[in-house]
Amino acid sequence: MDILNNILAGQVPMELYLGVSLIMFFAGVYGFLSRRSMLMILISIELMLNAADLNFVTFNRYLFPGQLEGFYFALFTIAIAACETAVAIAIIINIYRNLSSVEVGNLDQMKE
Amino acid sequence: MAHQIIFFVLALIIAIFSILAVTSKRIIRSATYLLFVLLSTAGLYLLLGYNYLFAVQIAVYAGGVMVLFIFAILLTNKPGENLKTELPVRRVVAGATAVAGLAFCAHIIYWNIKKVTVLVEQADLTPQQLGHSLMGTDKYQYLLPFETISILLLACIVGAIMIARRR
Repeated sequence: MDILNNILAGQVPMELYLGVSLIMFFAGVYGFLSRRSMLMILISIELMLNAADLNFVTFNRYLFPGQLEGFYFALFTIAIAACETAVAIAIIINIYRNLSSVEVGNLDQMKE
Repeated sequence: MAHQIIFFVLALIIAIFSILAVTSKRIIRSATYLLFVLLSTAGLYLLLGYNYLFAVQIAVYAGGVMVLFIFAILLTNKPGENLKTELPVRRVVAGATAVAGLAFCAHIIYWNIKKVTVLVEQADLTPQQLGHSLMGTDKYQYLLPFETISILLLACIVGAIMIARRR
């Protein structure tokens, strides 16, 4: 009921932002565990990283307004996520060239 | 009131499309749903008052990363082929893990953070402020992480070319 009162009073409470990023994060966890294609696993990782960014920014804005730690953390996380995606996609393309498939079950053939 | 309505529309888009993105049968559709999630997240940043992060999210994530994804999908996917998922048992285990984690974290958030509801007004972040805090070495200034990120980006460019190059 507190949440409802706050919404009607003209504020979006902090836990709604956290709830949105929670749903995003655990959708990513489900996709990470239930998919075989490496590209789908990478998409799930992107979802999880994005949820973490949203959390950093929300905590910064609500708990420490006027400071910028969470803001810069989100900024650097976005840069690191872009790097990670570029290298992971290069690896996936290389694996596809060798095995003609991007499924994780086939990866042990790389030993031969 | 407009603030709340925009928030709920964006939250609904994020919730629906992030679940669709991990359950869709075709990978190109998953990538498109991921794009919608990333754009709505950029909208949330704008709603929180971080205009610079909004621009970065659109340019880097919705622009660069999505182009990489679509390139990789078009290079590795055979047309007309649906994705295989794990065995049903594994999917049930994955779903149970996700739901259990969601319930646990939602409980923690609901019982601990419900005191904090006030969104204090803050001044817009000016480009001068941003530049000064990225280009200094004092407290609350971030020259070292900035330079580290630039070295990481260079290493990533070289590494990605080396790995994906045809021998």
